[in-house]
Amino acid sequence: MLKPEYRTISRISGPLVFVEKTHPVSYGEIAKVIMSNGEERTGQVLDSSEDVVVLQVFEGTSGIDVKHTRVKFLGDIIRLPVSGDMLGRVFNGLGKPIDGGPRIVPEDRLEIIGSAINPSSRMKPSEFIQTGISAIDGMNTLVRGQKLPLFSSSGLPHNKLAAQIARQATVLGREEKFAIVFATMGITKEEASFFIEDFRRTGAMERVVLFINLANDPVIERIITPRMALTTAEFLAFEYDMHVLVILTDMTNYCEALRQVSASREEVPGRRGYPGYMYTDLATIYERAGRIKGKKGSITQMPILTMPGDDITHPIPDLTGYITEGQIVLTRDLHMRGIYPPIDVLPSLSRLMNLGIGKGKTREDHKNVSDQLYAAYAEGRDMRSLVAVIGSEALTERDRKFLEFADKFETEFVAQGVEENRSIEETLEIAWNLLAELPERELKRIKKEYIQKYHPKYTGKKK
Amino acid sequence: MIAGKLSRITGPVVIAKGMKGSRMYDVVRVGKEGLIGEIIKLVGDTAIIQVYEDTSGLKPGEKVVNTGKPLSVELGPGLLTSIYDGIQRPLEIIRNEVGDFIVRGVFAPPLPEKKKWEFKPVAKKGQKVEPGDVLGTVKESEIITHKILVPPNVRGVVKKIEQGKFTVNDVVAVIENEKITMKQVWPVRLPRPYKENLDPTVPLVTGQRVIDTFFPVAKGGTAAIPGGFGTGKTVTQHQLAKWSDADIIIYVGCGERGNEMTEVLVDFPELKDPKTGKPLMERTVLIANTSNMPVAAREASIYTGVTIAEYYRDMGYDVALMADSTSRWAEAMREISSRLEEMPGEEGYPAYLASRLAEFYGRAGRVVCLGSDNRIGSVTIIGAVSPPGGDLSEPVTQNTLRIVSVFWALDKKLAQRRHFPAINWLTSYSLLYEKIKHWFLENLFPDWDELRRQALKILRREEELQQIVQLVGPDALPDKERCLLEVAKMLREDFLQQNAFHEVDTYCPLQKQYYMLKTILTFYDVAMKKLEEGAPLTKIVHHPVVEEIARMKEYSDLEQIKKILKKIEEIKNEIWSE
Repeated sequence: MLKPEYRTISRISGPLVFVEKTHPVSYGEIAKVIMSNGEERTGQVLDSSEDVVVLQVFEGTSGIDVKHTRVKFLGDIIRLPVSGDMLGRVFNGLGKPIDGGPRIVPEDRLEIIGSAINPSSRMKPSEFIQTGISAIDGMNTLVRGQKLPLFSSSGLPHNKLAAQIARQATVLGREEKFAIVFATMGITKEEASFFIEDFRRTGAMERVVLFINLANDPVIERIITPRMALTTAEFLAFEYDMHVLVILTDMTNYCEALRQVSASREEVPGRRGYPGYMYTDLATIYERAGRIKGKKGSITQMPILTMPGDDITHPIPDLTGYITEGQIVLTRDLHMRGIYPPIDVLPSLSRLMNLGIGKGKTREDHKNVSDQLYAAYAEGRDMRSLVAVIGSEALTERDRKFLEFADKFETEFVAQGVEENRSIEETLEIAWNLLAELPERELKRIKKEYIQKYHPKYTGKKK
Repeated sequence: MIAGKLSRITGPVVIAKGMKGSRMYDVVRVGKEGLIGEIIKLVGDTAIIQVYEDTSGLKPGEKVVNTGKPLSVELGPGLLTSIYDGIQRPLEIIRNEVGDFIVRGVFAPPLPEKKKWEFKPVAKKGQKVEPGDVLGTVKESEIITHKILVPPNVRGVVKKIEQGKFTVNDVVAVIENEKITMKQVWPVRLPRPYKENLDPTVPLVTGQRVIDTFFPVAKGGTAAIPGGFGTGKTVTQHQLAKWSDADIIIYVGCGERGNEMTEVLVDFPELKDPKTGKPLMERTVLIANTSNMPVAAREASIYTGVTIAEYYRDMGYDVALMADSTSRWAEAMREISSRLEEMPGEEGYPAYLASRLAEFYGRAGRVVCLGSDNRIGSVTIIGAVSPPGGDLSEPVTQNTLRIVSVFWALDKKLAQRRHFPAINWLTSYSLLYEKIKHWFLENLFPDWDELRRQALKILRREEELQQIVQLVGPDALPDKERCLLEVAKMLREDFLQQNAFHEVDTYCPLQKQYYMLKTILTFYDVAMKKLEEGAPLTKIVHHPVVEEIARMKEYSDLEQIKKILKKIEEIKNEIWSE
């Protein structure tokens, strides 16, 4: 059936185009916007009524006019052509190849707005992913099927860390099909080429699918990019039985795009101008992580966001934290002191940690050791602020031990090399060596039998 | 039947024309696929409808049919152990029908329609019955006997009543001319009736020390747990759902994480009820409307949950409803309100936020149920609140605090140092404590109140002393106060902290709570006495018994704790020579 074209654009506002006197158009339908020079753009219906249809144009509205531009509704919703051949390839934010490689022959064309996983189909995440990073593996363990974001700030090495995790992440003791879907939103060219270079250099590229939306690409495109990435991830996970790690960076840019669309629609703004539905919208991205009963593959998500003004209560990190299963927080303070990765373990958290650690997964003493490290480090940090006021002379012998512990914890446990891939055993050994410096009776969080079994005093492994 | 046409679609809210004769909150079926929606505003013949499913693909001109009924739930045997979405669609069955992802337009009956239940009549033919009277019973699960009640609007003489195996749609009795099945249909936004509201005087025992000892909630009471992300709202809610001594648990996952619902689904069938030894799932109904499921169904999920809770209350059961999280519910209201272009109130929430919250919590209570036997049932509501940025001054928290009688304040600082449950003992309160105090004194120990008061006093004093320590260092304090600091630390670490993942510590019976508290406070008395006798502080706080106190939590045998208590009492009379 020939689709009619309309020249009835009445208004253009930001990324939105208003078209009048159309046939009944579906909510969510896509449309081609054809400009007078023949250039075609893609739009999606955000509001459909008898009188006017509102389109959001992904490539931006610059150059679109009310007189000559034509609009054609395609009678379908947005789909992504997917294929196993997407591995090792680079796409733009709308899913078109940009690496000069051959055309993707689609095995399927999938709706990019994913349906919700039926909660009763979900499988409880339980497998430990070793990232080789002590502050994560030891204290905030990542588990397959989890969504664990990095909360960072501008100027911090979150990209370096993300690349390191992408390189090193493994599930112990098994050979499995593993893939990474990497989507960037509004990052700089340098950052983008850092990732591509890093993946090529380390040979990781063949198991990576890259979606790149750069800072100078149209803002509105960013609304689609994470959904393209997740649709690809779902295809690889549930059709190709792969374990997929999805890295999305930077979600802050995504939220800015969302705010921009909302403002153009003249919606009632919520906190700090972000739309009231931002929680729901983010959830439709983050909740696309998980495991499904009877399926071999899985989707684990690691979104990265930069906290505006280093403020963790800003709506973007705040709403993200309410949806994701924890967060890894990077701080400027540690970074300034030369500690890489600058992970502050106190505000960091992995909610699914307990499901992925312990006997048969990591080691029986893992939970106790991690609790003890937290408690001791928190106490050491308190001492630090106390010393700032009253000087270290006023501290008791015991308190001084905790103060030293906090310092060593940062320089020996948290800090590690960019290429350093620590096994969970190594991580726990470093932990025990640090804990051994504290009086044994202070190790209240650790079961006696584990102290007997792992404390360097009893194992004789003290360095 | 009223049928109109769609005129505008903008996300979860759609507008239909030609809906003359519709009433507010009528359920409509929208479009070709018959998506379920509810009328939330009427302007002339135009109806504004919130749709409980994704509206992508709907076009102006498609038909909208009014069912003439308000949004209702089906009540009857088969509710327990089920998992529903926000509008009571059975997720397990939907999964079998359409696969792992929820697609649109699916419908399945909420109660199993083919299953036959053994119905045992209690009422007799010829007996005169009134609403709420027990007609008969059905063994719904291994631990719960489901009472089939005379519906709220039916009364008269039982003309016919049968024994045997029936489905929920079979007629089991006839009262006057009314055919009675085991299934009742009830509109979710309408509270179920009862005879009389009673004062809540019996505690809901949760096995969580900080709650039971310090800030208890009563059966029929209301409690709120506000806390920023990562402070342990969900773990606390799970703990309460697992261990509280209610007969029935309704767990509403409202706009929260899918993996958390899975945890409940996997864990509950494996966990055993400490009272009956039967799987906890046998007394549980789950409502899961995760954050990525349609927002209008999220708004409804709270009402679906509380209506089911009231239904079991009417049988004379103590029901506890956990809502996680009421903030997501409020946000759903806000989202829909803003799509209606209503005038926003504080922070964009609709002006009716406070009244909706009050209506919801108002459905809690301990009541005399309908029925001539005057049974007593209760609904306890425990709502999690997720304040943005952890800021308790925001509207949802503030409006909730005005209504609820128990407040468990989750504290980010405590959570960050892994003090769980991270309930702050200085800012939390229980307005119900005075009402249920007598229960503790009569049923447990006469000095319960005294111990509690002393413990809280020590903790409050610690807070004051900490401020001094921040300025001048701990050495500047006299020994007695340093000793108090040690005991306060003991209270915090060895009593208030409780490990939800430890096989013994996860549930602490009241008896054990009492002896643990008594042991620590006895230690305090003895330590003070020793100090007065001139003993050095270090000798007291490094005494081997201190380490034993720290291990009390791990003991399941009460005698072991009593032994430690005895040891401390003996120390009191020891003579320590220098």
